[in-house]
Amino acid sequence: MITAAVAPDTSVNGVALTIVIVLFLGVTVIGFMASRWRRAATMDSLDEWGLGGRGFGNWVTWFLIGGDIYTAYTFIAVPAAMFATGAVTGFFAVPYTIVLYPIIFIFMSRLWSVSHRHGYVTPADFVGGRYGSKSLSLAVAGTGILATMPYIALQLVGIQAVLEVMGIGGTGNIIQKDLPLFLAFAVLAAYTYSSGLRAPALIAFVKDILIYLVIFVAVVYLPAKVGGWDSIFSAAEAKMTATNEVTGVAQGSFIPGPGQYMPYWTLALGSAMALFMYPHSITAVLSTKNRNVIRRNASLLPAYSLLLGLLALLGFVAIAAGTMPIALDGTVNPQLAIPQLFEDFFPAWFAGIAFAAIAIGALVPAAIMSIAAANLFTRNIYRDFIRPEATPKQEAKVSKLASLVVKVGALVFVLFLDRTLALNFQLLGGIWILQTFPAIVFGLYTRWFHRWALLAGWAVGMTYGTWTAYNVLNPVTGKHFGGAVAELPIFGGRVYIALTAFVINLVIAAVLTVVLRAMKAPEGVDRTEPSDFLADAGDPRVSDLPPLTGDEAAGSTDRRTGRPRER
Amino acid sequence: MIAGVLLAVCIVVPLLVPTYARAEPRLFGFPFFYWYQLAWVFICAALVTTAHRLVRQNEAREREELGLGSRDEANGGER
Repeated sequence: MITAAVAPDTSVNGVALTIVIVLFLGVTVIGFMASRWRRAATMDSLDEWGLGGRGFGNWVTWFLIGGDIYTAYTFIAVPAAMFATGAVTGFFAVPYTIVLYPIIFIFMSRLWSVSHRHGYVTPADFVGGRYGSKSLSLAVAGTGILATMPYIALQLVGIQAVLEVMGIGGTGNIIQKDLPLFLAFAVLAAYTYSSGLRAPALIAFVKDILIYLVIFVAVVYLPAKVGGWDSIFSAAEAKMTATNEVTGVAQGSFIPGPGQYMPYWTLALGSAMALFMYPHSITAVLSTKNRNVIRRNASLLPAYSLLLGLLALLGFVAIAAGTMPIALDGTVNPQLAIPQLFEDFFPAWFAGIAFAAIAIGALVPAAIMSIAAANLFTRNIYRDFIRPEATPKQEAKVSKLASLVVKVGALVFVLFLDRTLALNFQLLGGIWILQTFPAIVFGLYTRWFHRWALLAGWAVGMTYGTWTAYNVLNPVTGKHFGGAVAELPIFGGRVYIALTAFVINLVIAAVLTVVLRAMKAPEGVDRTEPSDFLADAGDPRVSDLPPLTGDEAAGSTDRRTGRPRER
Repeated sequence: MIAGVLLAVCIVVPLLVPTYARAEPRLFGFPFFYWYQLAWVFICAALVTTAHRLVRQNEAREREELGLGSRDEANGGER
């Protein structure tokens, strides 16, 4: 169905919808069948949700970590930002994913080693063991859960965009209007609740293959259809330099001007530092089979960055193609730009495949994120603070409920925050999660920082970050949390709030450390030793990690011989 | 350490926005700003790979000093 790009097409795209449903059911069946093939002793233990055998080599890890980047972030949010406001809000994702790998190269192998020596499964475990501080570990766990919510929200927006372009949803009351969103939520919730991590982990392979197929076709076929890159870039330049009637300033940025250098690089650096603080990313890294897999991967993973860059440019392709991302209620929603572009230019059957790829590509990470956050709750909050003597069955139950709560939290973000630029969800999560960076990453190298100082720095960073982000108003809609870039105090210039909050956090932690040391405040017991940070698989004291929660014995039948991977 | 320098280059250079915030020269219709950043994907991949090699050699030495033994032969295909 090729539609003229003038009026919104409100009819249901039958062919595309059928293909989406068929593919969706297909991968679900594959997922469940495959999990039966490697059946666990019991589904009542959360070992099934553990670290997936901890035997992942280069190839699997490549997919695994790639999955952290290839979410609705990549193919909905970033192109939408490019479509709406151009380079500074969108293309920073390219330097972000370039500097990401050297950063993880530097510290992730140390985290791997110390975790495998002591059986740490979550970042909060490590912080608790390193600093002997339960409150610091609680702060890290709580932040992980909170920051995951807007990231899941972004995935929900992605699924919603696809459903809406296919013509599902409508106008009228709030339930009808947000029907695609509630549908997305219901599918995600049912999916995670019933299958745990098994099905999504296996489906992730199918998901990646579908996505590569769609990306390759899209970046090869579409630019030629709209007149080549020359005309794409001139169309984008014309749109970005035009004046926006509402704000009275330029619509966006085509090439950043001097005032935009700071936002651009701070957004890139802040996002890169934040990504591997998320619970689901750390779990993925810890599930590799030895400490160097992650480094080896850091040199292979940039292939993803290239595709991400080309996908971002699809936002400009949509500008050149004159795509009209009009929602069913008649408002303009840039999130619909890419699905709408696909619907306009692809035959219905291929649009269906593309939609399915996007929807599954959002669903799988969302499921994995919500499970990771739920595990964090069960392991570091429920078991540490509420019921230390809980049985594996109770823990499994709590985890399932917690994963539901996390998703409801995500839904709240979508409903009450400004949705016109979904990228802001991820950037908001980044503001929060980055405040755990000093405790985790600096803790890998030094015990110099005092645990109470780190806690104080964290508290101030969180407060400053949240307050400042709240006060950013969207220039068009006037809503709070309208962006993630704000004025830098004292020095001036506009920067990504996460990075400002991080620096404040660090300064406070350092100053208070000096003070607390002078006062001889108790430092807490450090259960690690220097050699722990260099340990590798096969060392005498290195062992597989315990399951995230639950009884070690239950369901641990084939821990060594590859069970389904974790994500 | 050389590996550290390579990684630092990889982190710092792509963030020096003023060095590439311009349109000319273009390449295949891409303004400089866009193709230059995509080019750094490849440059960084090469730098990180080199750093990986260097670090492995160095780490084997460091581990020996701590009495942990060498891992390289046990790692098999993991190189």
